[in-house]
Amino acid sequence: MTDNKYAFFIGCLIPYRELAYEISARRIAKKLGIKLITMPDANCCGLPIDPVNHEMSIALAARNLCIAEDMGLNIITLCNGCFATLTKTNKQLKKDRELRQRVNKYLADISLEFKGSIEVKHFIEILAEDVGIEKLSELVTKPFNDLKVAEHYGCHFLRPHKYLETENPENPTVLTKLIELTGATVVDYLDESECCGGTVLGIDPNIPLSLARDKLKNIKEAGAEAIITICPNCHMIYDLNQPRIEKTFSETYGLPVLHYPQLLGLAMGITPEELALDELRVKADKVLSRLVEEIKVKH
Amino acid sequence: MSNEVKTYRKPLRIDPEFKNLVLKMPGGETLKICFQCGTCTSSCPIAQIIDTYRPNQLMRLAQFGLKDKVLSSKTIWLCAACATCVDRCPQGVEMASVLRVLKNLAVKEGCVPRVFKDFGSAILKTGFVYNIPKTRTKKREDAGLPPLSKTKIEDIKKLAEKTGFIDTIKGEESDDRQ
Ligand code: SF4
Ligand code: SF4
Repeated sequence: MTDNKYAFFIGCLIPYRELAYEISARRIAKKLGIKLITMPDANCCGLPIDPVNHEMSIALAARNLCIAEDMGLNIITLCNGCFATLTKTNKQLKKDRELRQRVNKYLADISLEFKGSIEVKHFIEILAEDVGIEKLSELVTKPFNDLKVAEHYGCHFLRPHKYLETENPENPTVLTKLIELTGATVVDYLDESECCGGTVLGIDPNIPLSLARDKLKNIKEAGAEAIITICPNCHMIYDLNQPRIEKTFSETYGLPVLHYPQLLGLAMGITPEELALDELRVKADKVLSRLVEEIKVKH
Repeated sequence: MSNEVKTYRKPLRIDPEFKNLVLKMPGGETLKICFQCGTCTSSCPIAQIIDTYRPNQLMRLAQFGLKDKVLSSKTIWLCAACATCVDRCPQGVEMASVLRVLKNLAVKEGCVPRVFKDFGSAILKTGFVYNIPKTRTKKREDAGLPPLSKTKIEDIKKLAEKTGFIDTIKGEESDDRQ
């Protein structure tokens, strides 16, 4: 497998609503020499329709896996939902022969076969593990000073642990380390691991809005000035819907929600324009004001 | 009449085979080991804000074979599949998967919340659950992003036939919004 080259699974929500995440992630990838190759002919990851037809859901996931296998590349994704679905399906298909036979029967009709030759990774894992905290720290030329942020991992990066095998879901550290290398401080807040509820938005929008309100409240009370996310779904709930939450509950939060690559990019001296900061619903001027002057000694 | 006997409007029907049906479906296997400790419900973000949502009770009803009550229940659709309960269950019950099995079965009884019909028809048209409007694709171009890939829809249709997804989204619509 070629180093630093990945089959890029964009999914649906990013091109639909969260373009800034893709723009900023691509900018970071360029800086780090990571090549993101568009997957020709990809489809929905399968997650959204799992509640109504599990077989179709895994068939869709498996079709994506087969496309990447044909490209001879590991998959990289920015979305927790896509990450969880593709990872779980990939691991189960590799392990469970009966399941593999069943799914390959569906795939035979479209001349594909799951072989189990690739892996699925989240962009965050590539940053933390393949590039490494140390290397990233060296590239920080404009660290944040006195900026307190709250982190939100999102469930589908961590759970169910049995299938995703990322980190201890009760005490994850990877995002914390990635944030701290930018100079920002991560504050603890109440019910940190609580879900954004994004998956039931279409069933009852009041659920994610209530959950998000609790989260914003807890974060504000902990003294954080921004939220950092690694999933377009969570981001949409906290950023895009923040004005709606403020209106519904007659409260004001004004908490900017940054995609992690935006935070990292700023600390690397990349301009806010290149990181599509202006795409955010809640403006991040306060965050920008905490960037110290460029440190010239480092390269 | 003072000594009126109270009767339930609908008798509770027990289907002794229901449990076995769930256990046989992929993801339903762990239903049998739930011992009602309630850890799932106390960990559940949805249960925190919706009083009627109690995942441990759904497990009990399914074990007892109260098929109609479970499958027509609006609350099974409220699970966000966050899997917090899965990670915390002392018995290793894969709640999110068991609930998914129950939802998949409810669909066969004709219960499909509207949002899934919308998702389904979009997938059969574009391969994804959202139709990306022209304004967005234009924005991509302006931002210098590579164009999105096109999905071979014949492939998706074939998979939908094979897996029965076509029928899933065709059936009667049931609106589960509260
Ligand atoms: S935590 Fe597990 S064993 Fe306990 S009630 Fe929930 S599903 Fe049953
Ligand atoms: S997976 Fe469903 S039942 Fe379990 S904690 Fe999450 S929302 Fe609750």
